[in-house]
Amino acid sequence: MDASIIPACEFRWIMPEIMLTGWALLLLIIGGLTKGPVASKISGVLCVVGSIFALFFTLNLWGTNLDVFNQLYSIDSYGTFFKVLFLCILILVSIVSLRYADREGIGSGEYYALLMFGVLGMMVMTSSHHFITIFIGLEVMSLSIYVLCGLLRGNATSVEASLKYFLLGAFATAFLLYGMAMIYGSTGILDVVELKKYFLLKQPFSATMFVIGLGFLIVGFGFKIASVPFHMWTPDVYQGAPTSITAYMATGVKAAAFGALIRVFFTAFIPFQFGWSEIIWVLAVLTMCVGNITALVQQDVKRMLAYSSIAHAGYILVAFITADRALASSMLYYLMAYSFMNIGAFTVVIALEKKGDNNSDIDSFAGLGVRHPFYALCMSIFLLSLAGVPPLAGFMGKFYVFSTAVKAQYYWLAVIGFLNSAVAAYYYLRVMMYMYFKETIGEPGTIDKAPQYGLVMVICIWALLHMGIFPKTFLTIAQKAVGIFS
Amino acid sequence: MTVMSVPILSFLIYFPLLGAVILLFANRRNSLFIKVFTLVISLVELAASIPLFFKFDDAAKTMQFVEKADWFPEWGISYLLGIDGISLLLVLLTTFLTVICVLCSWKAIEERVKEYYITFLFLETAMIGTLCALDLVLFYVFWELMLIPMYLLIGVWGGPRRIYAAIKFFLFTMAGSVLMLVAILTLYFYYYNATGIYTFSVLELYKASIPIVKQYWLFGAFALSFAIKVPMFPVHTWLPDAHTEAPTAGSVILAGVLLKMGTYGFIRFAIPLFPAAAIDAVPLMSVLAVIGIIYGAIVSMMQPDLKRLIAFSSVSHLGYVMLGIFAFNMQGVQGGIYQMLNHGISTGGLFLIVGMIYERRHTRMISDFGGIAKVMPIFAVFFMIITLSSIALPGTNGFVGEFLILLGAFKSNVVYGTLATTGVILGAVYMLWMFQRVMFGVVTREENKNLKDLGGREILILVSMVFFIVLMGVYPKMFFKKMDTTVVEYLAFVKSKSAQYRVLEQNTVAPRVAREDANTNLTR
Repeated sequence: MDASIIPACEFRWIMPEIMLTGWALLLLIIGGLTKGPVASKISGVLCVVGSIFALFFTLNLWGTNLDVFNQLYSIDSYGTFFKVLFLCILILVSIVSLRYADREGIGSGEYYALLMFGVLGMMVMTSSHHFITIFIGLEVMSLSIYVLCGLLRGNATSVEASLKYFLLGAFATAFLLYGMAMIYGSTGILDVVELKKYFLLKQPFSATMFVIGLGFLIVGFGFKIASVPFHMWTPDVYQGAPTSITAYMATGVKAAAFGALIRVFFTAFIPFQFGWSEIIWVLAVLTMCVGNITALVQQDVKRMLAYSSIAHAGYILVAFITADRALASSMLYYLMAYSFMNIGAFTVVIALEKKGDNNSDIDSFAGLGVRHPFYALCMSIFLLSLAGVPPLAGFMGKFYVFSTAVKAQYYWLAVIGFLNSAVAAYYYLRVMMYMYFKETIGEPGTIDKAPQYGLVMVICIWALLHMGIFPKTFLTIAQKAVGIFS
Repeated sequence: MTVMSVPILSFLIYFPLLGAVILLFANRRNSLFIKVFTLVISLVELAASIPLFFKFDDAAKTMQFVEKADWFPEWGISYLLGIDGISLLLVLLTTFLTVICVLCSWKAIEERVKEYYITFLFLETAMIGTLCALDLVLFYVFWELMLIPMYLLIGVWGGPRRIYAAIKFFLFTMAGSVLMLVAILTLYFYYYNATGIYTFSVLELYKASIPIVKQYWLFGAFALSFAIKVPMFPVHTWLPDAHTEAPTAGSVILAGVLLKMGTYGFIRFAIPLFPAAAIDAVPLMSVLAVIGIIYGAIVSMMQPDLKRLIAFSSVSHLGYVMLGIFAFNMQGVQGGIYQMLNHGISTGGLFLIVGMIYERRHTRMISDFGGIAKVMPIFAVFFMIITLSSIALPGTNGFVGEFLILLGAFKSNVVYGTLATTGVILGAVYMLWMFQRVMFGVVTREENKNLKDLGGREILILVSMVFFIVLMGVYPKMFFKKMDTTVVEYLAFVKSKSAQYRVLEQNTVAPRVAREDANTNLTR
């Protein structure tokens, strides 16, 4: 087949992506024509509706496995799994934004359009085994998020977050691209599946340029998943960004980066597992320890959640090290659980924040159990799930991830991981302690009680309980998704 | 195996949870309704648990009232419940003490009444679940689940240093249990590699044969986790804080049931899963137990605070239990199990007593009292009986347990037995001295002169405690016959299994020796 001809019928496989693009462009036009609260509401609702449509199209793709557009793009259950996850995140974040963006005055066509573009980038990133497509997806996602971080224009920390993320992100992207280039230089191949075949033929394969390239890939992805020592941007950016965007970044970006990382490494670089797993072993331990220990001393809940998200990346890396392709489902399950508990927790933070102030001091949680029992209960469930207490999804996720490590006989890694989760329990419980054991400190701030938040929290709690008590359904799906590696 | 049409264990586990969910919707201002409702729930629960005792087949060697359902079959996680003679008695103790706790909180808890009783019912669910679970994952879930309500009980309704105590309690227990989780997973994958079956069922895993070095590690992880819960000597420091700060009912349930989870864990999991390692660990565990007995007794002698005194006496009493369990003979193990029940009743009773006097005087310092016997004669009688039960006077339940433990200890090792016996004397010293300072002498404080004696509710609580103290003291057979078969089976299993390991070990050592001989022959 002539490479320049793309059969038109292939476009039907990327309906979700087309849907998101078209819808986002529509929102941009609306944003250009009208401003004000009404326009903001309309775009928000449209965004939710559009994402639900896209979700519907995506669900139809489940079970399809094929490569389209000359192997540049692939439709498989792995990608579809992540697409569904991203769209769920998008729907939840935009429901929250219906109220939050309105309150902060950032809700407009652009806001929602950028959210959708970001998810588009994530979807592209996880549904290809070609380096170039992965890179394009990563850039689409990153550029949207650089802008989203700085949307609170009047707020210095928000602008700082945006600039910081942009500068460091640009460096990381350069590393990633350079890594891809070096791998191409040493093998002449940009396609991950082709690389796998190439390595099978050329065993044992070793070239200095290739090794450096592999290292650069780890750096580039390490930045996006916020693993130590590439995590420096995370706390500042998470704290400075509008909180809805923080929730979006902490879950979506991390899941997307992991999605691409797992696909690339588990497809092509399995023969070199002994090389990179040692590096990542150190990274994982550092990520868990630094994330958790720094989180211990945070006074700001948003910042604490930022550090905790670093630690969670470390837990996922624990399973990544084992390179157990059949059990890669543990990471997918964990990412799913992680997304729901974080979005839930950030939603509570959003409800408690004051307008125009994107800090959430732990003192503002004091006495919440008496003032607003429902919010306190929801927050407790999210925190307990983050801490990995059964029967919530966080426990099952940790159980699954660490059992992968034990199975591969990384006992010490599992012990370090579990000890870390015991340390983590301390700071999660500290917030609970403020909510239930302390009296209200100072003037109790008003809490922004909106049905949107309630809806999101209830959805997240339902998901966490369901995933925790009946993990079977979700694990089966995750297992099917990683079937592409075997 | 008894096939029951009613899933009675599931009922026992989820009924309190159902009550808690209903309470969520109760009107918080109507605190009387909340209390009565909780009481009814706990009474129904108690009533439902009593048939277990009578329907339990004393001669059966397997688990009874077994319930099995697939939970996640691909992973070998199942919903597997069942009880034997040991857990039967502990389940009954739990349902009984919960009723007592609900009654004793009647007036003591005035703030957040609704949340308090919800937490309590939730705790009951977790405790019974832990005792009945035979699947390691299910067990772990309930085990961790017990933490949260207890953490809240101490942290919300506790004394002045409650936050410190609650967090210390949580972190100690959590740190122990995560190690156990790694061990559970290791065992699980080991069993899979050996047999090709994925299972978390304890009954299956008992059959595993694990290399001795691996066994040491796994036993170490399990033992640490359970030892923290017991608590054994070097890891006991959370206990005095937790006990002192917890509300009365929290202390009762903590002493009565939660600590037993540690010793129960040894009997159900740590020892039969890793018998050879357990037997090799006897010197270590026995020494720690003896240190616990003596150290706990000496420290509690010096305590100015009544609750702290009883808390340290718990360290001492649980030391006996551990000593008995690690004697690995019939008397020791049975005595250990019996002492678990005794401790629940007598120490629980002591905490109730302290709670009652605290409600009247709002102090627990021994120096604030003196001569109370004259002011509150009924109270004095009950206090005396429970104190005597705690120091194991013949005729009370404590005597039976302690006597058997010492008998077992002497049989296995005279040194430990002798040292442990000094604990009995020390126990009498600190308890009686405390009693004397609180109850006898002249009334020195003005506030103590007009204390009201016990009311009807309090008498009811204490009478039921004393009833069991006497019943278990004079007719222990009623309880022993429930656990006889189980303990015989358990000991036979542990002994035969560890003997098997010894043979295996020799076989692996012997060829090496032979090879070395061959080598030396060659060099010659």
